[in-house]
Amino acid sequence: MHREKIDMPRYLRNLIFALIVIGVLLGLDFVFQAGIINPYYTRILMLCGISITLAVSLNLINGFTGQFSIGHAGFMAVGAYSAAYFSVNYGVNLANSLGGGKLGWVIALALTTIVGAVAAGLAGLVVGVPSLRLRGDYLAIVTLGFGQIIVVFLNNIEAIGGARGYSGIPIVKSFFWIFLIAVLTIVIVYNIVNSAFGRALISIREDELAAEAMGVNTTRYKVMAFVISSAMAGAGGVLLAHFDGYLNPKSFEFIKSFEILIMIILGGLGSIVGSVIGAIVLTILPESLRGFAEYRMVIYSLLLIILMITRPQGLLGSADVFKGLRKRLRRLTEGPSGTASSPTQSETSIGGENPR
Amino acid sequence: MSTFLQQLINGISLGAIYSLIALGYTMVYGVLKLINFAHGDVYMVGAFMGYYLANGLGQRGAQMLGMNPDGVIARGLLGGGTLEPSLITALVVMLLAMAICAAIGVIIERLAYRPVRKYSRSTALITAIGVSLLLENGGQVVFGAEPKFFPELFRKRNIDLVSGASINSADIVVLIIALALMIALQLIVYRTKTGRAMRAVSFNLQSAKLMGINTDRIIAFTFALGSALAAAAGVLVAIRIPRIDPLMGILVGLKAFVAAVLGGIGNIPGAMLGGLLIGITETMVVGYLSPTYKDAVAFAILILILLFRPSGLLGTVAQEKV
Amino acid sequence: MKRILIASILIASLLSACQQQGGGGDKVRIGVFMSTTGSTANFGISSVNGIKMAADEINAAGGINGKQVELLVQDDRSDASEAATIVTKFVTQDQVNAVIGEVASSRSIAAAPIAQNAKIPMLTPSSTNPEVTKKGDFIFRSCFIDPYQGAAIAQFAAKTLGAKTAAIMVDRKNDYSTGLEKFITETFTKLGGKIVATQSYQEGDQDFNAQLTSLKGSNPEVIFVPGYYNDVGLIAKQARDKGITVPLIGGDGWDSEQLYKFGGTALNGSYFTNHYSPFDTEPRVQKFVNDYKKRYNSTPDALAATAYDAANIMFDAIKRSKSLSGPDIRDALAATNAFPGVTGTVTFNQNRDAVKSIVMIEIKDGGTYAVKERVNVEGSAVASNQ
Repeated sequence: MHREKIDMPRYLRNLIFALIVIGVLLGLDFVFQAGIINPYYTRILMLCGISITLAVSLNLINGFTGQFSIGHAGFMAVGAYSAAYFSVNYGVNLANSLGGGKLGWVIALALTTIVGAVAAGLAGLVVGVPSLRLRGDYLAIVTLGFGQIIVVFLNNIEAIGGARGYSGIPIVKSFFWIFLIAVLTIVIVYNIVNSAFGRALISIREDELAAEAMGVNTTRYKVMAFVISSAMAGAGGVLLAHFDGYLNPKSFEFIKSFEILIMIILGGLGSIVGSVIGAIVLTILPESLRGFAEYRMVIYSLLLIILMITRPQGLLGSADVFKGLRKRLRRLTEGPSGTASSPTQSETSIGGENPR
Repeated sequence: MSTFLQQLINGISLGAIYSLIALGYTMVYGVLKLINFAHGDVYMVGAFMGYYLANGLGQRGAQMLGMNPDGVIARGLLGGGTLEPSLITALVVMLLAMAICAAIGVIIERLAYRPVRKYSRSTALITAIGVSLLLENGGQVVFGAEPKFFPELFRKRNIDLVSGASINSADIVVLIIALALMIALQLIVYRTKTGRAMRAVSFNLQSAKLMGINTDRIIAFTFALGSALAAAAGVLVAIRIPRIDPLMGILVGLKAFVAAVLGGIGNIPGAMLGGLLIGITETMVVGYLSPTYKDAVAFAILILILLFRPSGLLGTVAQEKV
Repeated sequence: MKRILIASILIASLLSACQQQGGGGDKVRIGVFMSTTGSTANFGISSVNGIKMAADEINAAGGINGKQVELLVQDDRSDASEAATIVTKFVTQDQVNAVIGEVASSRSIAAAPIAQNAKIPMLTPSSTNPEVTKKGDFIFRSCFIDPYQGAAIAQFAAKTLGAKTAAIMVDRKNDYSTGLEKFITETFTKLGGKIVATQSYQEGDQDFNAQLTSLKGSNPEVIFVPGYYNDVGLIAKQARDKGITVPLIGGDGWDSEQLYKFGGTALNGSYFTNHYSPFDTEPRVQKFVNDYKKRYNSTPDALAATAYDAANIMFDAIKRSKSLSGPDIRDALAATNAFPGVTGTVTFNQNRDAVKSIVMIEIKDGGTYAVKERVNVEGSAVASNQ
């Protein structure tokens, strides 16, 4: 193990880190609430936050585990709708019964998010167990199919509006909430990737047969990653539901899944930072391309094709930017007697020669 | 009973369309192990090519190409009185559309798929998604997003059958042409040298290369064939149901892919069988259960097949070599 | 090198989104959001055409109180979130004085809270879901609402056509269609009729043979088809091919030049409710139709007409308004009384829905329309208004 320069127990370090993050978020939230900044920019920023959650969660399964899933929108939908239903029917009452103040709403929203994430996670389990036995291309089609089936069902359930859409969801545009979820997603995925669980996932991505031969229960790990990824997508869906207070099944068709896929491909499939960047760029770009709205999707698709031909590993490839930073930081604090860097290396790019 | 017969006829008609498209999927997958996501959109382009061939490019379009604004290019084969609506006209339009789309297929392969052939399968799949999106959105920009009315290529008549069911002459024509095309494909693949080369490439690309086969050319040929069939399907569907729009290929393409998988991906008779089965099942579900779950049918079948018999109905169970 | 590339992409995209939009000063700025791409592109395009024509007309006549009208037109790609983002931009960056949009109720509902919060009046020319104007007192609608339209359709079938039994063919994927279905069924049963069969399809379907075969068996006297024109045309054709001869009745979603192209003679003798008829001989209507034809080379459909009216209603309100502030324009809008539009005279009731008449159109051979009936009912006083 590495020699830690700062002699602090692990959990204390994490606690301080968490407090700092929450502090920063609260501070920023205050700034935005004060309305100093143009609401249009705030809106875009918050949409970025939601996109980050969706992109990073998809990357866990597509990038790190190498399983090609394009049904992410379906899990967003499950999370969004279940949370919306809970919010409308129980959440509002809960918040009011707790005094109607900030604390009441915080608790209600926290519960709502949990409901959405759990529902989406369950959906992930239902979809994942049969599908993850399949190989790459087939998995893609099956997840696409499941995503479509979910939309078909949503169109037909009257209690949540059906094709007319679900309106009347309490509108909550909270910078803190959105970015708390985004940060949580990043932290969760980061911790998974750098754990034994994550190493198993990466081994599955690199060579599934070999991993299986080495005793890794590939199906179980794949399903677990899938469920976690879906749950986080569901959380993203919860944020979406409360953003405009209105949901429509049409917003969750496979085009949405493709949009998120393009984000993580642009950023680099094995890179968390890449997904964040990809999410931000592809949320802001449509705004700047407003003049060319008609050609936007054409430009996207050309971008995708050119990207695949010239740089399939995306902007950041599978590089772990954090590792590089940490290495440098450690060298600074430890001096010349520092130990060697961490053994895991995930530089295999998606575009590399692969005899498979 | 007449309802059942009617539904069956509907199902077979629909199935024939799926089969034609599924053939393209299965052939390309056979030689390249690639799911050509863009294939469904080639079907759409075929329908639009048929539309512009029949209706012409309009005065402005002809002028842009430097052609006579009153000639055939502007007014189309049907508009300028060059051809009368008839079966021959339909065939001419279809064959021309097939030729154009065959060329388009080859171009797509050359520009988008060949450069990524050396990369992993996921990369190729993503490229295919990109091409698909490009065709759909490009179609919306170039053709216009709202649906167009496909002109009548030949006069349709309703023929009454026994026990109250009726069949439209369009249905019969569609079925016969689809069958003819499939037989032609079988002949090409199993009776010609090129066909043999195709089969060799689908078996093992490297060995085929070693045997002196120009694999690039064979792959291009495969794409051309598949695209031509998709275009034929597009024109045939437009003959039956005269409404076309740039997004019409998405769902149909996915279902046709399911059909290919159902029959055994890489297996040509399998694709035909799969298409028919999906068409019939879908129609029966709509008629006897509920139309709202129509689109879920194909995917449900896919999931079942992949769970219980992933190699498909007619496919051979392949052992995964390490 | 890689980092520099990434950083520059990020900065470039951020900067380009921060375009400075100048404040209006001596112009009246109106934000228009419609879906000019996607499956209902036709509706959006017609609406924008109507609005643009109205704006050009009033600018040519000197503007509103001397100020020229400037339109900011944006496409929301048929996406609700997009619509909300566009309206956010309108009321902040672009500092519009008022907003016109959208066609589809789902997108109007998503965008309305934003306009309401910013206290900028929003006027939708054709969203028919009652929910829209419930979002706040800055939200107006210049067309009739679904309960009203559904009731008029059912009433026509039961009273004028004397039908006792009916079937419905509804588009389950379309909020407009499912909404209408509910209200048609309500009124029809209230008037003593019976819905003997309900079949559904999904927007974009091409093959309705299965459903039609089922419907035929239950022998309805009329069939309600509250869908969009591109599906209705095919449904009519396939229905006649099946030997179904009873009239079809639908709503304003039928209105389009393309309807008869897709349906042809199968539509002869069928009916639909609409905001207006281009064959109406009223001089006001004819002038509009002729001007539109000259400018756009096609007959204006109901959406172009309602949008044209909406724009003019907005201009009229701004003219009467004490100032260009949101609340003042809102008050002027609310005070609109018997405004003479192409689609009828418009007054807003206390729910800010338009009180105006509905026309029942009969489709004649060759695709011409005849106004069979004109129904004059209060927007909110029909059937149940939950």
